[in-house]
Amino acid sequence: MPVLEMQGITKRFGPLLANDQIDLTVEPNEIHALLGENGAGKTTLMKILYGLYQPDAGSILIDNRPVRFRSPASAIAHGIGYVSQHFSLVPTLTVAENIVLGYEGRSLLQRREMEQIVHETAQRFGFNNIPPDALVRDLSVGQQQRVEILKALYRDCRVLILDEPTAVLTPQDAANLFETLLDLRARHLSVIMITHKLEEVMAISQQVTVLRHGRVVGRRRTSETNPTDLANLMVGRSTAAVTRKANHQASTASALNVRDLWLQDRRGVALLRGVSLTVNQGEIVGVAGVAGNGQSELVGVLSGMIAPDRGTVEVRGNALKLGDPRAFNRARVGRIPEDRLKGVVSDLTVAQNLALEQMEDFSRAGHVDYKRIEQHAERLIREFQIKARPGDRARTLSGGNIQKIILARALARDPVVVIAAQPTRGLDIGATEYVHQKLLEQKERGAGVLLVSEDLDELLMLSDRIVVMFKGEITGRLDATTATPETIGLLMAGGQQDRQANAISAQPLSGRDHAGLPT
Amino acid sequence: MIEFIATVLGATLRISTPILLSGLGETLIERAGILNLGIEGTMLLAAFNGFVVAQTTGSLFAGLAAAMLTGVVLGLLMGFLTVTLGLNQHVSGLGITLLASGLALFSFRLLYGGASTPPSLPESFRVIPILSGTPLGPVLSQYGLTYLALLLVPVLSLAITRTTFGLRLRAVGENPEAADMAGINVYRMRYLALIIGGALIGLGGAFLSLAQLGAFTHGIISGRGWVAIAIVIFGNWQPVKVLAGALLFGGLQALQLRLQAEGVPLPYEALLALPYILTIIALAIAGRNASYPAALLKPYRREG
Repeated sequence: MPVLEMQGITKRFGPLLANDQIDLTVEPNEIHALLGENGAGKTTLMKILYGLYQPDAGSILIDNRPVRFRSPASAIAHGIGYVSQHFSLVPTLTVAENIVLGYEGRSLLQRREMEQIVHETAQRFGFNNIPPDALVRDLSVGQQQRVEILKALYRDCRVLILDEPTAVLTPQDAANLFETLLDLRARHLSVIMITHKLEEVMAISQQVTVLRHGRVVGRRRTSETNPTDLANLMVGRSTAAVTRKANHQASTASALNVRDLWLQDRRGVALLRGVSLTVNQGEIVGVAGVAGNGQSELVGVLSGMIAPDRGTVEVRGNALKLGDPRAFNRARVGRIPEDRLKGVVSDLTVAQNLALEQMEDFSRAGHVDYKRIEQHAERLIREFQIKARPGDRARTLSGGNIQKIILARALARDPVVVIAAQPTRGLDIGATEYVHQKLLEQKERGAGVLLVSEDLDELLMLSDRIVVMFKGEITGRLDATTATPETIGLLMAGGQQDRQANAISAQPLSGRDHAGLPT
Repeated sequence: MIEFIATVLGATLRISTPILLSGLGETLIERAGILNLGIEGTMLLAAFNGFVVAQTTGSLFAGLAAAMLTGVVLGLLMGFLTVTLGLNQHVSGLGITLLASGLALFSFRLLYGGASTPPSLPESFRVIPILSGTPLGPVLSQYGLTYLALLLVPVLSLAITRTTFGLRLRAVGENPEAADMAGINVYRMRYLALIIGGALIGLGGAFLSLAQLGAFTHGIISGRGWVAIAIVIFGNWQPVKVLAGALLFGGLQALQLRLQAEGVPLPYEALLALPYILTIIALAIAGRNASYPAALLKPYRREG
């Protein structure tokens, strides 16, 4: 008898049909993968199951009895637990406070007792290293996720939903998570895991439901399927894999030369600690690291947006004035910012956004030649296959098309250096492939590309060399042809690289160390 | 000298009271994620309504109740605008201040016309004499509302840190999505904070018309609501530190009044401005480390 059934769930957001007659059945003791690309409707379906959205049609059955969830509280009461992608924890409260929140049991809080109960729950499920009295903001991402799971367990959940649980984790944390999930399954819990990573589905699930464009396009027993089958279901076409450019064609002439960057924030916390690196012409250098270890600041400096306390940046041997975006622009540093919504002015048109970095080419004595801006835009729209007209406002575009505008603007002027920060974050497979192809084109025409990404597969696929950042320092330099996700993962978690043996040893991690948070 | 210090300390507590009461109310409201700029107008209308009710019924406690009710009603209006409709909190709060001030002054005109002397109560709240005759007398002999305000400091402090109500309040003000996911009704918590906070803000206004002055004038609040908002930031949203801020402002005000009375050779305008200038400086220093409730000013909407 299934523990949970969703039948004919339909949900519309305006003109968008997010869920179209979706059926989902989850058995007891089952890890059920909900697989699909971004925008396939996985999260919407789970938010309906958790009472956050009301379905337009369809029914939910728990233990064969129909239920209706008007709010998360009623879903929780029926044993549903939900760990969303962006954790729903209150950073300024302690672990124990977060866990009992909403289910305190009485009006006076007994701190000691509360922490004791949380401690016992943690022990019972084998969660170590979660101090109940610590503030959540001081925990690593991996620990925060465990707090979220613990919260659901504290409320006696029987079906645990995890939304892209490994997206923010190091490979080691992900491995720990999987162990936990298998352990929970052995304790008769069911788990629904939202993911778009095929290897995760294969590694841990027993059953897979694949969604595409809001519809179920396939159901499989994991033991009876394979990654190719799942990928085809998920994408609806066979994907052309980006082939690794393993042979190092880079010249030895440097495109970008960064020396000894130091940066402190206002409180005196070091954000960059002596970062040096070189990107040669025709080379892609990947920057790996858990979010918050200085990558954003490095990108800020290399875009001219942040003036470091110390250090130099040279492009083809010419030192640039730091903290001056115009200098970087003039030196033809193409920039793809981390947050693409900050890379466009949402109320300006596509054409104006495309011209933004070279207004001097389109104006004479302060007078702007809109005709030429329009022609320029039409050319780039064709070349970069942007699905928009020159006169459309940027804010009406999808994320993928906004990213194409940014790419077009950064790449149209034959950049010497490309600084690409999380260039495929949140994009679907098609758009991701397109971005990859464009970055490889730049490499081939001799630009030096610095690729900052949290996606290890992407780094391994595209980079010639990979550097790893931890706590504002470059702690590892690897050849991408020999690097593995495991070695990079260890370095990301604060392990040290032993240069002689070219091996990596993990250093003992204290709680907050591998979060890379300022202590 | 001892007498000088004792009178200044006594005046400090008196002057701090309305700011402290309103500041504590505002603290609760801001902890839930709402900046209530309606505070200045709410204090004025509460002072007025309390005064009118006390005058017509002859009961000061009826006046207090009316003032608190005024605060609650305006709190509910703020809730309707910013919680239910999700409108901008700055605009809604300033709108309420304009509305409430206008209502108070208009009604004042209607009821008392152009009276040249401000109307006053035949009898207002009296100070409770404690150890009068001793040097401590001027310090300890205070209005009941002053003692209530001081008592509320530990009470609210414990309520915020040690009760379920406080935990939920903090959760709603820091991360309403998380609170919602935990099954807490975000709207209800915010309304609750506005109701309790509104009542306290009303009390702050009533203290002036029913106790300290026993009369009503146009300028009875004269910026005390804005000062209350400043000391909430100064106090980093913690009742005990808000008390410290209120005492700092009250102390400067008391000192300034005393210096005027002593005839210090400074223009009185300069002395009048002194507490405000020093408050701005204190705020500028304390405000650097202020840790705002993360959801302050953000209306909560469940997507979908």
